[in-house]
Amino acid sequence: MSVLRAAWLIARKDLQVEVRSRELIYTTLFFALACVLVFSFAFIKEGKQPVDNAAAGIFWVAIAFSGTLALGRTFERERQSETLRALLLAPIERSAVYLGKLIGLLLLMALIELLLVPLIALLFRAPVARAPWLLAGLMAAGTVGFAAIGTLFAAMLVRAQSRDVLLPVLLYPLTMPLIIGGVQGTAAIFAVEPDWGTAELCLTMLVSFDAVFVTLALWTFAPVMRD
Amino acid sequence: MTASVADPACDFTVAAVENVSRHYGRRRALSRVSVTCRTGSVLGLFGPNGSGKSTLLGILSTLVQPSTGRVLYGDRNADDWGDTLRSRIGVLGHDLFLYADLTARENLTFFAHLHGVPDVAATVTRGLAHARLSDRGDDRVGTFSRGLRQRLALERALIHLPRLLLLDEPFTGLDDASAALLVERLRQIRAAGAIIVMATHDFDLAEGLTDDALCLANGRVIPMARDGGTLRQRYRAAVAQATS
Amino acid sequence: MTAGRRLVPVLLVVSAAMFAAAPFIIDTAPYESTMGLVQRIFYFHVPNAILMMLASSACGVASLVYLMRRRQSADFVALALAELVVVLGVIVLITGPIWARKAWGVWWDWEPRLTSTLIMWMVFSAYLLLRRFGGAGSEVMAAAVGLFGAVLSPFVYWSVNMWRTLHPKTSVLPNMVAAIATGDVESGSTMAGPLIWCFVAFTLFYIAVILLRVRLESTRATLERAVLLLED
Repeated sequence: MSVLRAAWLIARKDLQVEVRSRELIYTTLFFALACVLVFSFAFIKEGKQPVDNAAAGIFWVAIAFSGTLALGRTFERERQSETLRALLLAPIERSAVYLGKLIGLLLLMALIELLLVPLIALLFRAPVARAPWLLAGLMAAGTVGFAAIGTLFAAMLVRAQSRDVLLPVLLYPLTMPLIIGGVQGTAAIFAVEPDWGTAELCLTMLVSFDAVFVTLALWTFAPVMRD
Repeated sequence: MTASVADPACDFTVAAVENVSRHYGRRRALSRVSVTCRTGSVLGLFGPNGSGKSTLLGILSTLVQPSTGRVLYGDRNADDWGDTLRSRIGVLGHDLFLYADLTARENLTFFAHLHGVPDVAATVTRGLAHARLSDRGDDRVGTFSRGLRQRLALERALIHLPRLLLLDEPFTGLDDASAALLVERLRQIRAAGAIIVMATHDFDLAEGLTDDALCLANGRVIPMARDGGTLRQRYRAAVAQATS
Repeated sequence: MTAGRRLVPVLLVVSAAMFAAAPFIIDTAPYESTMGLVQRIFYFHVPNAILMMLASSACGVASLVYLMRRRQSADFVALALAELVVVLGVIVLITGPIWARKAWGVWWDWEPRLTSTLIMWMVFSAYLLLRRFGGAGSEVMAAAVGLFGAVLSPFVYWSVNMWRTLHPKTSVLPNMVAAIATGDVESGSTMAGPLIWCFVAFTLFYIAVILLRVRLESTRATLERAVLLLED
């Protein structure tokens, strides 16, 4: 069986589970909304414009936080009945398991972001329609990198003690360049005078990051999952 | 077991553990265990809790790496066989490897696809019939009792007709009738040429089923008399001698 | 191991001698007038910062070797290097702000190199946290963090630079870099000589520390093996 077909089977299974329970999508969305609100109280003042970059910053913080929540929960599901072991016991390449979980997570995060964008536009008067493709590119590249690193570390932490705290502890420092690039690129688009050069440079950085780390994670998954 | 779906080039009739030890940091789970399992036989693994039975099953399943020693499937080790070896291994773990949010049929279908089983729909229907869950096939596994899940989990482990079948406490949660049916099912599978390794505490059910017995205590093999009394008596004598 | 045993005292003695001579050597360098005496921290700060970068890359290589070969010695080297990175990070993050206080009048100014150092310090602190709290098998997971951390460092510098170049830059550092390269015209001395001297001294010292740390770890492993054998 090809890696892609096996990966798709696993991703489809994750979607099936999610469609059945709708647990992740509801809780993560609610959490993302709560994140946006909490930060709004810090950055919005009566009678003043929002702080520069506030919209971009809050947007990416919400993505990173709710993404971590989704990651922890997806792998908690695979741990409950040790189904991750069952996936590793299937006669497919280990990288297919990684890819399958990654695709499932990406679809979920994409759904969350689709709802976050209009929310940011509404609450912060962010000009999201100013450069839709560039913004979509930044979001896609940032999310792929975040999920690529997150899936690897969440999968390996399934066996670890104190996995709940260790996931964010490992994930946030390692994805810092993505957050910086995502926030800067988005802020450049949202600025009063958009800075297209910076936005494109950020996109370049994010895409290179993805290329390097998706490859690295695909390779690292098999040795790391060997007990 | 002859009509397996796996790569025909990957098959074996003997699984052998040679001088295998495994430790987790300072804690030792297995110490110099050697055992050979042959086609058409059931090896019973006995021992108190924490004696290393599950670790040995884990090592045989290729998921746990031995710290020292080697495991051979036929004349090759797991690394030489590669990913296809796992198409010859079926595992019924203590945790059942089932998705609670999916139905029984969806669970079996997913794993059948993942193992590359050819006629998935027919295989799944047959599996549900074996588990006597045909009428509950479209119910979520989360609504099942432990016994029903256990039956389904066994069919999940057998979906790809494995050569090596590893069972960890297969009788947990089963009522008498289900347990008797499981024994009957395992006899059929053994007759078809499978290598079965089974860890259990149920000596009465294991009595007539196991061809060989391996007794572990504190990660070490302890000698157990081949005959003279029931399995339970021999096991008690062995453990008493080992701990004295 | 026996070679290392003889090497450690030699390295320690040589580096100690070099450290003892360092103040006199640094004294030959030109006196930076705007910074005054605080500028001298530069000979402490820069070698440690460079070595932190080198140690994090080396930790990545050792982690990669461990993931591929599962040699315990590679894991010990990776652990020793990760601990060194964290210690060096603390040194850099303390000496940096002392410099910043004098140069810019603030303790922390999100200077790109210092910010990057902070992020890398967090990555390798996470490595140590994982080893401390991850339970059995955490050394394999830590190897993934070490590998990813090393590969991450260019991206950290890239992204932080991109972020900070949007803001006005201070000019003391570029001036200093020029001074290192060209030297002070009046006195005819440069900062490069003393800087290299300090760098070599620190390098020798840290190599000795790593060798000692690896030896400690492998002694511990030998002892554990012996205990396991004894129990058999």
